[in-house]
Amino acid sequence: MNAIDVRNIVKKFGDFTAVNGITFAVEAGEIFGLLGPNGAGKSTLIRMLTTLLPPTSGTALVNGFNVVTDADGVRKSIGVIPQAMTSDLELSVEENLLIYAKLYGVPREKRTRLIHDLLQSVELLQWADKPVKNLSGGMRRRVEIARGLVHEPRVFFLDEPTTGLDPVSRVAVWEMLQHIKGERDLTILITTHYMDEADKLCDRVAIVDHGLLKALDSPMALKASVPGRNVLEVSFASAPEGWAATLERLPDVESVIVHDRIFRISSRNGPATTMALMAAAARSGVPVHSLSVQSTTLDDVFVHYAGRALRDALQEPSPLEHSLVMRR
Amino acid sequence: MHRALAIVERELRRFRRSPMLIAMSMLLPIVQLIILGYAFGGNVKHLKIGIVDQDRGLPAIKIRELSGAVAAGSRTFDTVEYADQGQALSDLRNGRINGVLTIPPEFSRRVLERNQPRVALIEDNTDNFASATLVGSVGSLIAALNQPSAGPRVAGQIALDVVEVYPYVPYVQYLLPGSIVMSIFMMVMIGGGIIYIDDKARGLHEGYLVTPITKFELIAGFNVSGTIKAVLAGTTIMVIGSLIAGVPNPFDPMRLLRLEVVIVVTAFALISLMFLIMVRVTDPLLPRAIFGVLNTVLYFPSGAVYPQQGFPPWMQAIAVVDPFTYAVHAFKNLLLKNTGFAAIGGDLLYLLAFSVIAMTAATMLFKRTL
Repeated sequence: MNAIDVRNIVKKFGDFTAVNGITFAVEAGEIFGLLGPNGAGKSTLIRMLTTLLPPTSGTALVNGFNVVTDADGVRKSIGVIPQAMTSDLELSVEENLLIYAKLYGVPREKRTRLIHDLLQSVELLQWADKPVKNLSGGMRRRVEIARGLVHEPRVFFLDEPTTGLDPVSRVAVWEMLQHIKGERDLTILITTHYMDEADKLCDRVAIVDHGLLKALDSPMALKASVPGRNVLEVSFASAPEGWAATLERLPDVESVIVHDRIFRISSRNGPATTMALMAAAARSGVPVHSLSVQSTTLDDVFVHYAGRALRDALQEPSPLEHSLVMRR
Repeated sequence: MHRALAIVERELRRFRRSPMLIAMSMLLPIVQLIILGYAFGGNVKHLKIGIVDQDRGLPAIKIRELSGAVAAGSRTFDTVEYADQGQALSDLRNGRINGVLTIPPEFSRRVLERNQPRVALIEDNTDNFASATLVGSVGSLIAALNQPSAGPRVAGQIALDVVEVYPYVPYVQYLLPGSIVMSIFMMVMIGGGIIYIDDKARGLHEGYLVTPITKFELIAGFNVSGTIKAVLAGTTIMVIGSLIAGVPNPFDPMRLLRLEVVIVVTAFALISLMFLIMVRVTDPLLPRAIFGVLNTVLYFPSGAVYPQQGFPPWMQAIAVVDPFTYAVHAFKNLLLKNTGFAAIGGDLLYLLAFSVIAMTAATMLFKRTL
């Protein structure tokens, strides 16, 4: 049985369609990433799967429970880390976990051991009695990860868990999640717009944009699906007319995209294309201003499937976004 | 219900760590009790009355002497002698004096002739309280002058003997019931409503909503924790206020028990009302904005500061449904009259019915999703 099974799910807010008929399944034990820019529909999707929003149409099963007809069954079997930091700042780390253990009905005799083990897993045992307000952003996120697991869920949802964290804290959260995943029989669904995060953490990645599923596969397969194994990003002091067409004729070049006077060249053979490009530039008297050669990344995959246009579109605010309080 | 108790535990742990919240929600009712209680409670004294004696006869001298006696005795007003009525009226209009008592020429002759003698009180009626006091005091003075010097052999006039059932109630004591209800309301708003909406805005409720807690358990948890906080505030103000206002025998155990019952029921009614108002609110500014309006709409029509019999009909209609009315009535009975439950049974029934209706409506309106 799949841990998550989503079929043709739709969510509309008035005339605005936030999620437009997405279908996918997550196998038990997978770390599944939902990638997409802001406003792509990731959070709406995760809110439907965690019973916070009712879908307009379509079905979603989590651990075999329907998110609409058996919401309570879903809630008992999942752990959720919302996008906002939702720990009680005035309470201590341990108290935050204790309250949630009680909310989930964890038996008294299991509570103490579970909380101790979880705090050990997220390396916060020595801070157990400290108020959350005294912790750094990364530590608070680790408190929330521990809190989300306090009732031993089988599926763990994390909505942009590293947004706003510094690079060191982000890496710490990744390691923490991998460590916890190694210890427990857990399926993880994580939304992010950090491609490197998805690349390192996820077994499979779904790219979502404008409420649609654009691609779904392992990071490796997705990278292989994008034309070119290397990407050259070149800028020239002054590029003559028809220069892009000249570059397309270079050896092993698959495509050339020009954006903001930067030539993004997909190549099957980076070194060979680089040599040919330098020679062509010297022959034509076109000075090279900068040049970089990279392997294909999920960024390239994302650009390939979702395009480069900025997402300046209105969207339905969530009820909480009316607030003046800053959310992460 | 263990999930509701988890909400209660969380709220009370947070409350314990917010001493400023506790202090601030109790400060206003105490300040209000002291300032309003002593500002409105006293008798008006040292009003200034100008006396223009255009007669100078014996009866006129008698009026001036009696006026001087008031100035020296009860000190309701001080007298200022004027030779010129124009000057006295000018001072009245400029606010230097509160009234002008004019004894016209021929006054003494008319008194002796029993020919409708009159004196005139020209008063500054822009201040109703000062004006009424002045009229009352000068009226009493004239009434005293009209009394015959020797009483009739057979008393034919009906005399009224007034018997006061309770000891004298100073205004600060009269205000105390309203102050206790106000302290409960303050805690309900600050420690209940505002924190509830702020938590909602911060996304804390999102954390609750993904747990298996039911709508009823959530509302019950918030209501019970809010009631506990409000009961603490109400009890504190009841004890401190009784000492400040000089309530006789404030620590009578039976009275304390009855007061505590009213505090609990009032707290539950007000927290239920607050959640009914807040259940669909998401904007954290809204509870702050409606705080003052609610405060005025509930507090003043309740009879906490002025008898409801003096209100216009529309305000009396508000008072009929206002839970403050019943709470204030119950506290007045217990604090000022030391009555038993029989005198406040109706109040308690109304408040309980109000709580049940408000909490049921809040639970029905509460959205289990975002």
